[in-house]
Amino acid sequence: MNLHEYQAKELLKRYNVPTQEGVAVSSVDEAINAYKKISVDNGTKFAVIKAQIHAGGRGKGRMIEVPDQSGVVVVKNAEGVENAAKNILGNTLVTIQTGPAGKKVSKLLIAQDMYYDGPSERKEFYMSVLMDRAKKQNVIMYSTEGGMDIEEVAHNTPDKIYKEWVKPGFPLQGFQARKIAFNLGLSGTAFKNMVKFVSNLYDAYVGLDCSMLEINPLFKSADDKILAVDCKMDVDDNSLMRHADLADMRDKSEEDPTEVEAGEHNLNYVKLDGNVGCMVNGAGLAMATMDMIKLAGGEPANFLDVGGSANAQTVEAGFRIIMKDPNVKAILINIFGGIVRCDRVAAGVIEAYNKLGNINIPIIVRLQGTNAEAAKELIVNSGLKVQSAILLSEAAQLVQDAVNAN
Amino acid sequence: MAVLVNKDSKVIVQGFTGTEGTFHATQMIEYGTNVVGGVTPAKGGTTHLDRPVFNTVQDAVDTTGADVSIIFVPPAFAADAIMEAADAGVKVIICITEGIPVQDMVKAREFIRSRDCRLIGPNCPGVITAGEAKVGIMPGFIFVPGRIGIVSKSGTLTYEAADQAVKAGLGISTAIGIGGDPIIGTTTREAVELLMNDPETDGIIMIGEIGGNMEAEAAHWLKENMRKPVVGFIAGQTAPAGRRMGHAGAIIGGADDTAAAKMKTMAECGIHVVASPANIGATMAKVLKGELVA
Repeated sequence: MNLHEYQAKELLKRYNVPTQEGVAVSSVDEAINAYKKISVDNGTKFAVIKAQIHAGGRGKGRMIEVPDQSGVVVVKNAEGVENAAKNILGNTLVTIQTGPAGKKVSKLLIAQDMYYDGPSERKEFYMSVLMDRAKKQNVIMYSTEGGMDIEEVAHNTPDKIYKEWVKPGFPLQGFQARKIAFNLGLSGTAFKNMVKFVSNLYDAYVGLDCSMLEINPLFKSADDKILAVDCKMDVDDNSLMRHADLADMRDKSEEDPTEVEAGEHNLNYVKLDGNVGCMVNGAGLAMATMDMIKLAGGEPANFLDVGGSANAQTVEAGFRIIMKDPNVKAILINIFGGIVRCDRVAAGVIEAYNKLGNINIPIIVRLQGTNAEAAKELIVNSGLKVQSAILLSEAAQLVQDAVNAN
Repeated sequence: MAVLVNKDSKVIVQGFTGTEGTFHATQMIEYGTNVVGGVTPAKGGTTHLDRPVFNTVQDAVDTTGADVSIIFVPPAFAADAIMEAADAGVKVIICITEGIPVQDMVKAREFIRSRDCRLIGPNCPGVITAGEAKVGIMPGFIFVPGRIGIVSKSGTLTYEAADQAVKAGLGISTAIGIGGDPIIGTTTREAVELLMNDPETDGIIMIGEIGGNMEAEAAHWLKENMRKPVVGFIAGQTAPAGRRMGHAGAIIGGADDTAAAKMKTMAECGIHVVASPANIGATMAKVLKGELVA
C-alpha cells in the first residue's frame, strides 16, 4: 500500500526521523493559513507547495487544466500560495509516472523551505531501504547523487550507489551508520546527524513494515541539519493486520475503482489493455492463462484470480467486473478444480450467466479436475451460449476462434 | 523413496484444530499420509481426528517422533510457528499459510538457517510424493504415481502440469510447491537439485513466474548438473512491469526478472522451455522419448 508524502512524513516523526515540516491542506483558504503559520514559525516568506499524489516526478509534471503550473512550486507570498492552490487543487497532474491520464490532486502539502543559505554547503543525497530478495536481507541503498532519478544514476554511474545490508533481527549497527555517513562525505555536526538519521530511518522501515522507504532528496541544510525533504513509503499489505492506523491511511481514490471493487469481493484483479477477459483460480494459472490468450492471438484484458472458492457469487462478481471493460470481446473462465468441484463451479457459471442475462460476447469455460466431465455436461445441457473445454489446449483453440471471429 | 516426504514420514499439523487444519488433515489422512498428531496451543491433552493434540511442537516431537510438520497457522503467527518447528528439531517444515508479513519471514529464515531443517513455502500448496504421502492441500487423485518430479511456485499450475504429464502417459514422483512469496525457505535451485539427485525421478518440470532471480539461479546450476531432462515454463509473459500479480513475489522489478529474460536464460542453459502452458506435459513426453533435443 502506497502512502502520500505527508502521511509518510508524519509516520517518520514517530521514529525521530527529521523531516521538512509541513501542513497538509485540501482547500485554498487552508493553504493560505498554513503558509502564514509556516512563514511565522520559520521566520521566512519562502515556502514550498507540493501536490499530494501517489507518483513521482511532480516538480517536472504539469496540470492538464493549467499547463504552465507544475506540481511542486516555491512561493514567497500569500498571493503566490493562493494562485498555486487554485491552479492545482481539484485539477489533474500529469508526471512521467502517472501516465497521460494523470492524477487528480485533492491535497497539498505546504512545507517549509529548507534551501536557505548558511555557513556550510547545501547537499542533496539519495537513500532508500528495501528488501533484497536474492540476499533475503534488508538493504540500505544510498548515493551522493540526490534529487534526481536514481535509476539513471544506477545506469550511468553505478559506482556512485552504495549498499549496506542489515543482518535480520538486528538493528542497523553503529559502524554501519558511520560507514554510510563517511561515504556520503560528511563530517562534524552533519556526520553525527546522519548517523542518527539513518539508524532511526532503518527502525522506521522495520517498525512500519515498509516494503520500500525512499528519501529523495535526503537533504543536508546550510546549517548541517539532515532531513527528509521528500519521502515515498510503500507498506507491506500483509502487515496491515497489525497496523490498523496505517490501514486507515489508504487513499482509495488513488487506485483503479474496478480494482477496489474487486478487492471488496476478495478477488485479485489487475486491469490490462487487451480484448480477452479471463477469470482463473490461482495466481500462477491466472498468469499462464493470460500468456495463453496472447499465444492464441488475443491480448489479455485483465488478471483475475478468484482464489480457492470459485462459487456462484464470486463468478458473478468476476463477470460483472470483467464486463465493465468495453474492450472485452470474449471471456475465458479457466478453473482447475481440486478441492473445489468443477460441477459446482459450472452450476455457478450457469446461475451467474442467467442472472446477468444479455451477455453478447463469447464465453469459454474450461473446467478441469474434480468432476470435470459432469461439469462439461451441465454446461452443454444448459442451452446457454457458453463453449466448454476440458483440456487447456482445447480452451486455447476456442479463444483463437473467438479472436478470429471478431 | 522420492524426496522430502514418503510413506514413513511422521507428520504433525500445526494449527491442527482450526478449520483449514481440520479439513486438510482429514484429506491427508484419507490419502494415507501418516499423520501422528497436531499442535494447537492450550488444547494439549485432547484428541482431534483420533490423534493426540499437543501444546507445543516440542511435546509433539518428543512424544510421536514426528519429522515433518505442516503449518496452517494464520499469517500473524505463522513465522513463529515455523521457528517453533525448527527449534523442536522437525526436519521438513511445510508452511501453507498465505499472507505472512515479509519482515516476519526475513527473521524466520535467519532463525532457521542454523537449524538442521528444510522449510518449504510459505504460500505454497505443499509437497506430495504420489501414492505415498500428501503433505499439502493439493487434490491427490491428479498425482498418479510415476517418475516425473515437479517444482513450482504456483498451486493450480502445479495441478495443471501434473494432469498434463499424466495425460501424456507419464506419472509423478514428487511434486514440490515452493511458494509464491518473495522470501521462501527452499529455492527453485534447491528443489530441482533434490529431484536431480532422486533415483526415482527421470525428468523434472520446473514452473516459475515473474519476479526475483530464482529461476535463473536454477538454470545456471542445471547447466553444469543436467543429468536428466528439464522442461520449464514461466508464467507472466504478458504481465505489466511494477504490478503485483496475485502472488506477493510475482512482480517485475527490472529487466532481469521478466518472463522473457528468465525463459531466455533457461533455454541457454539447456532447459526445454515451453511458451504455452498447454504444452508442458506433451513436451516432457517427447523429450523422454528422445524426439526433442535441447
